[in-house]
Amino acid sequence: MTDISAPRPSITPATPFVSTAFHEPQPAPVATRGPILWARQHLFGSVPQVLLTLFGIWLLYVTVPPLIKFFLIDAVWTGTNRDACLAEKLGRPVGACWPFIWAKLDQLIYGFYPASERWRVNVVYWLGAILLLPLLIQSLPYKRLNAILFFGVYPVVAFVLLTGGNLDLQRFVLGWLGVDFSTIGGAQGLRIGFWIDYVLSTVLLTAIAYGISRFLAGPEGGRSAAQTTLSVLGVLAVVLLAVDIDTGLPQVETRLWGGLLVTLVIAVTGITVSLPFGILLALGRRSRLPLVKWLCIIFIEFWRGVPLITVLFFATYMLPLFLPGRFTIDGLLRALVGVALFASAYMAEVVRGGLQAIPKGQYEGAMAVGLRSGLMMRLVVLPQALKLVIPGIVNNFIGLFKDTTLVLIVSIFDLLGSMRAAFTDPNWASPTTLFTGFGFAGIIYFVFCFGMSRYSMALEKRLDRAHRH
Amino acid sequence: MSEVSPAAPPRPRGRRWSWTDPKLRSQVIQITVAVILLWLLWSFYSNAQSNLSRLGIASGFGFLDNRAGFAISQSLVPYNESMSYGRAFLVGLLNTLLVAFLGIILATLIGFLMGVARLSKNVVIKALASAYVEITRNLPPLFQIMFWYLAVLATLPGPRQSWGFGLQPLLGAIGSGLSSIGLGFLGGPLSTYAATLAAPGVFVNNRGLVVPRPIFEDGSMAILYALIAALILSFLLGRWAKKRREATGHFFPVFWTSLGLIIVLPLLASAAMGFPVGVEKPELRGFNFVGGLRVIPEFVSLLLALSIYTGGFIAEIVRSGILAVSKGQTEAAHSLGLRNGPTLRLVIIPQAMRVIVPPLTSQYLNLTKNSSLGVAVGYPDLFAVFAGTTLNQTGQAIEIIAIIMAVYLTISIVTSTIMGWYNKRVALVER
Repeated sequence: MTDISAPRPSITPATPFVSTAFHEPQPAPVATRGPILWARQHLFGSVPQVLLTLFGIWLLYVTVPPLIKFFLIDAVWTGTNRDACLAEKLGRPVGACWPFIWAKLDQLIYGFYPASERWRVNVVYWLGAILLLPLLIQSLPYKRLNAILFFGVYPVVAFVLLTGGNLDLQRFVLGWLGVDFSTIGGAQGLRIGFWIDYVLSTVLLTAIAYGISRFLAGPEGGRSAAQTTLSVLGVLAVVLLAVDIDTGLPQVETRLWGGLLVTLVIAVTGITVSLPFGILLALGRRSRLPLVKWLCIIFIEFWRGVPLITVLFFATYMLPLFLPGRFTIDGLLRALVGVALFASAYMAEVVRGGLQAIPKGQYEGAMAVGLRSGLMMRLVVLPQALKLVIPGIVNNFIGLFKDTTLVLIVSIFDLLGSMRAAFTDPNWASPTTLFTGFGFAGIIYFVFCFGMSRYSMALEKRLDRAHRH
Repeated sequence: MSEVSPAAPPRPRGRRWSWTDPKLRSQVIQITVAVILLWLLWSFYSNAQSNLSRLGIASGFGFLDNRAGFAISQSLVPYNESMSYGRAFLVGLLNTLLVAFLGIILATLIGFLMGVARLSKNVVIKALASAYVEITRNLPPLFQIMFWYLAVLATLPGPRQSWGFGLQPLLGAIGSGLSSIGLGFLGGPLSTYAATLAAPGVFVNNRGLVVPRPIFEDGSMAILYALIAALILSFLLGRWAKKRREATGHFFPVFWTSLGLIIVLPLLASAAMGFPVGVEKPELRGFNFVGGLRVIPEFVSLLLALSIYTGGFIAEIVRSGILAVSKGQTEAAHSLGLRNGPTLRLVIIPQAMRVIVPPLTSQYLNLTKNSSLGVAVGYPDLFAVFAGTTLNQTGQAIEIIAIIMAVYLTISIVTSTIMGWYNKRVALVER
């Protein structure tokens, strides 16, 4: 820099210095750009930052390499019993004992499901995956059909495949009311008596619906009520026929089920049952009828206020006492009832959040168009509300999936329960068996839960964008 | 019935008695619901009656006075087998509250630490905190409890090879360090002190955690009174400082003064009474420890798992709470001339707390409810003592499950009431 006050030949002392040469733009100093700037901002900005970075690196150093060493480098991959995983026998430090997992894999996936029937479980697994995947990918068409298949047809098929169906149904409505047809038998696991009962009941119920509705709302209402009743009972008939028919599959009792099968059965049942019931409860909680509203509030807050494990105990030990003595309810079914009650209450609160977020104008607009309250909910409010709370619903599913582990306390062997049972096998008792087992089960739980949460986040982002446009 | 039909002539008041009348419709629906509900309740009741008599199970709460006859591995109040089920209930309840209380404190500490760490500019710290949150939140709590219990604590060495923790290694190291740099006159006594007085007092082994037990002699109450007095004084000081700040704008270092009060007053009281609190250190005799306080491994694993699991959720709550305060707030505070500390304390935290507190409460409740999972590892909490052992012994499922549900419901309702009150108070500050 030239001193401004210094006299120059061509410039008068009053004029300031003006550079005559053109200066090329210079790159910013090395310390304020590129990786060095990044490192300064993110790693070594100040003394505490440096210490934190060093601490973090030390923490990574003491956790990650030993984990890799344990699960991969030092791990034993083949073997037939615990001798393969003992450091004394191998003469080297032993990491994860993978042969233990291979040996127990069937038990972890199927429980004690008979080996000759395991193809049925596989079919259910694959069918579920095939139906679920296209449902999750937004760009694929036929969402409605797909949803009906997954939430409507799949549970029935899965039920028949897993249990073997052939329920031997005895009575329907009239049977319970005292008109007994159950003595009339039939072939193929179908009791003719039950179906006579069913058809008569259907006719009766349709007639009653027609009568009441016509009486109250005129001829149009009569026809639509009768149609609704008939279609509901028609769907029910198909479902009942499917579970009643003798498919020739041997029956497999639920106490033989176990492992991942039970985990998924409970999670999927909880998810499919909790959604409709949760919506009903949420609507009931916002009802204008005080009795309905308060019943729903009490129901929701009660189940949300107690731990799931007490709900499972309630369903296992208390519920059978409340039902007529001739009922013997399957152990898994009891747990499913408990999970469904619990999950419905939580789902109701999520759905309520969505309902509250819908502006009042939507309700008023729907009413102004002339929609009745049922149609208003179905066509205007619920589609918007549910779309808003999809992330919350997925979060609920994640919670439910984690909560399935609790059934091991009521002696149902889910994945974690089967793993715990496998630990007690003296054939595989070695110092590293426990860590291997927990590592394996942990990876399975993590993959499911993390996958769901990532999906929910992606969905949230997309819906958020859709909302703003 | 004909007057119900729409064809009926209008009533004198000019209103038609019709199904479309919302009032009538709501009454009919509600009566139907009530009838169905009553019928359900009645059938539950009568079924329960017949089932109970068929199975020969007694009913009523009389069993609470009967002799329990089972031992409980951890109890905060005196308990033995000859005491009643009612007493066992109390023991279980206190155990539940203990693990919930400590768990809430630990989870809050972990959660706030991890939540702030996730917002750190430092990428290593951020990545570590994110990994912590993702891993702990995505593994079932029961899995974590069993992991700590079966895989970690059960594989620790036995009592004779316990891991000891005390000031000894640290003091010893400092002592020898001082000696080596020529300060032997300081280092020597320190090493001696480390070897004798500061011998390890905390031991970890597969039978749990052994810690020194405080022994309260006469006059210990004075310390407690001093502590209470210090707390009250700090509270009053805080109110006074706030009033003065609002009136004059002058700050008063409330935190440091209160901390000083809380430390100094009990110390003074203790000195005045001649240091009445002693410590009984555990000692290894034969195959196990004598003296000290033994914390059972069930408790340790449950506490660890619950606070680590809930800590992950709290971290996310804290992170979103801090992110919810817009950057403009920080900039505005800075432009008013507040430095970083006061900005955080007076501007950011109060606003973030408003977002944090409601979900934080539900996490606290979740932790309390999840403490019932201790039954899987045998921690004698309310659920294990009552729904486990007592239910097995008496078979009175209805009463026992009702009692347990009532306890958890009460805890839930009390907590949410308190938090509702707090929320209202915090919300009032807003304009």
